[in-house]
Formats: sequence, C-alpha cells, structure tokens
Amino acid sequence: MAEPLFTPEEQKKFDAEIAEILSHYPADRKSAAMLPALRLLQELKGWLPPEGLKLVASRLGVTPERAYEVASFYVMYHLKKPGKYTVDVCTNLSCSLWGAEKMLAYLEQKLGLKAGESNERFFLRETECLASCGTAPCLQINEEHHESLTKAKVDAIFDKLP
Amino acid sequence: MATTAFEPIISSAWGKPNSWTLDEYRKRGGYKGLEKALELTPAQIIDEVKKSNLRGRGGAGFPTGLKWSFVPKDSPKPKYLAVNGDESEPGTFKDRYILENDPHMMLEGIAIASYALGVHTCYVYLRGEFKLQAERANAAIREAYAAGIFGKKMLGKDYQLDCYVVRGAGAYICGEETALLESLEGKKGWPRLKPPFPAVVGLFGCPTVVNNVETLASVPHVFTRGSAWYAGLGTDKSGGTRLVCLSGTVNRPGVYEVPLHTTFTELIFDDKYGRGLPAGRKVKAVIPGGSSAPILSPDELDIAMEFEAVKVKQTMAGSGGVIVMDDTTCMVRSLWRVARFYAEESCGQCTPCREGTPWQTRLLRKIEEGRGEPGDVEILSNVASSIAPYPPIGLGNTICALGDAAALPTHSFLMRFRDEFEAHIREHRCPFGDKPWGAFGEWS
Repeated sequence: MAEPLFTPEEQKKFDAEIAEILSHYPADRKSAAMLPALRLLQELKGWLPPEGLKLVASRLGVTPERAYEVASFYVMYHLKKPGKYTVDVCTNLSCSLWGAEKMLAYLEQKLGLKAGESNERFFLRETECLASCGTAPCLQINEEHHESLTKAKVDAIFDKLP
Repeated sequence: MATTAFEPIISSAWGKPNSWTLDEYRKRGGYKGLEKALELTPAQIIDEVKKSNLRGRGGAGFPTGLKWSFVPKDSPKPKYLAVNGDESEPGTFKDRYILENDPHMMLEGIAIASYALGVHTCYVYLRGEFKLQAERANAAIREAYAAGIFGKKMLGKDYQLDCYVVRGAGAYICGEETALLESLEGKKGWPRLKPPFPAVVGLFGCPTVVNNVETLASVPHVFTRGSAWYAGLGTDKSGGTRLVCLSGTVNRPGVYEVPLHTTFTELIFDDKYGRGLPAGRKVKAVIPGGSSAPILSPDELDIAMEFEAVKVKQTMAGSGGVIVMDDTTCMVRSLWRVARFYAEESCGQCTPCREGTPWQTRLLRKIEEGRGEPGDVEILSNVASSIAPYPPIGLGNTICALGDAAALPTHSFLMRFRDEFEAHIREHRCPFGDKPWGAFGEWS
C-alpha cells in the first residue's frame, strides 16, 4: 500500500480550504482555482507530489496533465522535493550593482552548494528580481524576505534557521 | 503645468504606525472618496476620472478613464476588475509599499472602479513572492467586508462587491494583462493576441478592466479632492503625482513620490531624493522606466520623468523604475543581467522571443567572459532586431511586449556603448576585470 498523501489533519485542512477557494470562482469555472489550489498543496506537502497533482486536478475537474502543465510553468512550484529551505538570491541589475554576485558567491561557499543545487537542507538558486531594488541586495528563504543585506546579517539569518 | 501645490498623496502615511488598518485609514479621511463617488452615476464617475487626467501607472501610461469607458455597458455578461500587483520588472518596487503601508487606499479605488464599471467581482493578482503584502491586503479586505464596504451592500447601497487576492507563482510574464487573465483562469501565463482587448473579452470571456495597484490607489483622491485638483497636480496630459523607484549606484535609493515635472537630475542628485552618487563616481547611464526602457546618457537627464517628455528621447517612463549605473559599471555585464532576465521570463509562445532571448544571453555571456569573436556584436544586433526592430518602440514580432522589452535594452546599449562591447572582444577579457560593478556597498 502506498502511503496516504495527507494525514487526517492535512486532509481536513485541504478539503476546507479547497471549498473556500472554489467559492471565489463561478461554478462553471472551477479550473480557475488552479494556482491557489497548487499553492495549498505545496503549503501542506512542501512540494507537488504526482498524487497531489492528481487530487487537485480531480477537485478542479481537469486532467492531471493540465495540472502538471500549469505547475511546470511557474518557478515557485516544486515538482521535485527541494531542500527544507529554498534560498532565492536576486542577482538582477539593481542588486548586482550593490554586490549581489559576491553575496551569492559567499552563500555558495557557506552552504557548500552551487546556485541551482539542492541538498536535504537547502535549495540555493539565483532568482530574477524580488522587488527590493531600493534595498539591495536581497534574498528570500521560502517565503521570508530579507533585504539590505550585509555579511553579518546573512550570517545571523542562517544561524537562526531551525 | 501644475496648478495645484504638490503634496504626497499616495505615500503620505507610509511608515506611520498601523497605517495599513481601516481605523488609521479612516482617520485620514479614508473611504470619503467612495462616499462621494456613490453620489454620482457610473457615467459621471468615469467622466471625473477622465477629467482628472489619471494615466495608468503599470507601464503603458494609458488614460484610465478612457480605458474604463471601453467596457460595453449593455453586455449581458458579468464584468470583472483585475488588479495588477504582479510587480516583477527589475527596477520597479513601488506597489509593494502601497500594499504594505496602505492597502485600503487601493481597496477604495477598487470599490469606486467596480461601482463605475458594474463589476461585482474583483481579483487582486499579486506576485507570488509577496507574502507580507498578500497578508496585509487580505487583512484589509476582511476589514472592508466587516465594515460593509465589500459584500452585499456597499456602504448601505444596494450594490454587491466581492474581492479576492490571488497569488501568482513566479512568472514575470503574468504582469502582462492578458497573461495575467490566463493565469487568473488557472492556466500558464501565455499572453493572448489583441484585439479583442480585455475591456471587451477578458476574464472568462467577459468584459474586464485590468488596472495597476498604484492606478487604483490614485482613484480615491480624484473624488476626495476633485478631478480639477488632481489634474492640477500634474502636467497638461498627465494628472496627479508619481511614485518613482530609484535604485542602482546612488546614495539613497528608495521609492519617492514626486511631482510629474521632476527631472531625472533632481531625482538622482537632490537632497530630498537620491543625494547623488558616492564620492568620485559619475553617472554613466540611467534606465528611466524599468529594465526594458532604453537607457539615457548623462547629458539627457534634465528632462521630466513624465510619459510624454521621456518618449521624446525614444524611451519610456514605464513603471517608474529608475536604475542608475555609475562610471565603474561594465555595460556588457549589465546588459547580460538584463538579457538573462528576459530569457528566463519568456513564456516560450513566440519563436523570436523563445529562441532570441537565450541567444542574446549566450552571446553576451561569451563577450563578457572574453570569448567573443569579431562579428558577435553584429549577430547580437541582428538577433535583437529579429525579436523587435528599433526604432520605433512597440512594433516587435511577438504577441506581447516582452519581446520588445527584451530587444530594446540590447539596441540601446549597443547604440550608446558599442565601443565597450568591441573592447571586450578585442582584448579577450572584461576591461573592468573582476570588478564589473565597481566597489559599492559592503559586498564589494
């Protein structure tokens, strides 16, 4: 027997929240709820496992292929299990003018990963602009945003991670 | 010319305690604009917005009242309002401050716009990374429901309005209005061919207005203080104030609310704003309106940061993102960064963009790393021309403007700094060595 996708608590939360999300759309447009539904699944599981995609698809009345098509288009959805923390480092122009490339090099050394690589704890990647150009350089860890970063601040942030 | 004395209107409460709550917003006169608007007919509201000369703040600068007037009045289909909060253009970071500090200002604009347009459902589409901003917007929406602004009766009037936040999932293209609608429909963000325009065939095939966060936050002021007052703040063709995002090598980057006649020189050097460059640095180039806007030279900065004035220089005021590059900056590396962005964010639907944007990036990387060969600059220029010729702006070979946005920086960097590209190829190295961004900030 394959392990169930959700614990009973997760299942309850998923069912309640899917119902709430679907109520935001016209009854004949359930498929419009795809992005919030995928976000909910990822919140619960940390990524989008294939059986989860199938479940979302069935609740929205679309094929699993359609769910996969959408999930694979957007960079914030994880189709593979990432490390516990996804670290997005902005290296676009405004951040690079404030040293983001060097900050990334420091992080690569600190975490022992090259940008784009993942281990059990971290998934480090370059990202394209986090709307913090005036408070550069910046990075995001999962959904937590950090800006105006110095070496000391970066060290403090990573030292505090559970 | 401005006839009304300048005062910050959008950013007036930023940084004040609990500025994002309904209580604080009401203390500042919040929702008085909605009360006044509800005394008018929908047609009168649209007329007032036209008279205010409010222009869209998302990038294109299209007159807001005119956009609203395109929605067919006799359509039997439901109408929708979609708020564009997918702020992702490098150099642009203003809407997040509105959402963080004053979400009710945007919600009041949503309520006025919806009533004027006959909209009963509004979706606020925020970029996926905006967690705090989504939390603040959602909390403000809950307060608005509890206060009888949203829900079955808008301020006691027999008018129902529902409003929901939808978070994107990391795709810049979803800031393009038709891609945003596709994404709201639960699909990948592939832009649609226009026409038909969303005002006629938009979300779920129904008439839809797509407005930027700042545009809607501006709307209440047209009604609290009057359209003549609002128009008087701006220039002949553009009313109100503007949020400008200043970044790059200046002493005090940030978001500043400015009169529309403010020049780039004032923004960069004035004590009220950027306070100039670090000692010894000079301006080398300025991106005037987000990363896609063609660059300005140091001798072109005495123009107003307003749509018409910037257009004269064959560039765009765009979304208000001003990026300053100083004289220690490598222009090849800068363009490589910008080109990478467009390659990464191309949706892949149109061949010139899908194939051209990574090609630009590969060529730029090759040149920057000293592996460039004679002829590479010409190839780069040809690739950019295949995506979108230059000039004029806005006639690219792709469905949406992302192709233009990807090609324009290449054209403008090559036009103004071709020598630097050639020097990389001639010397087989970056002339700036391992300091392509100069020494700036702690990480240098």
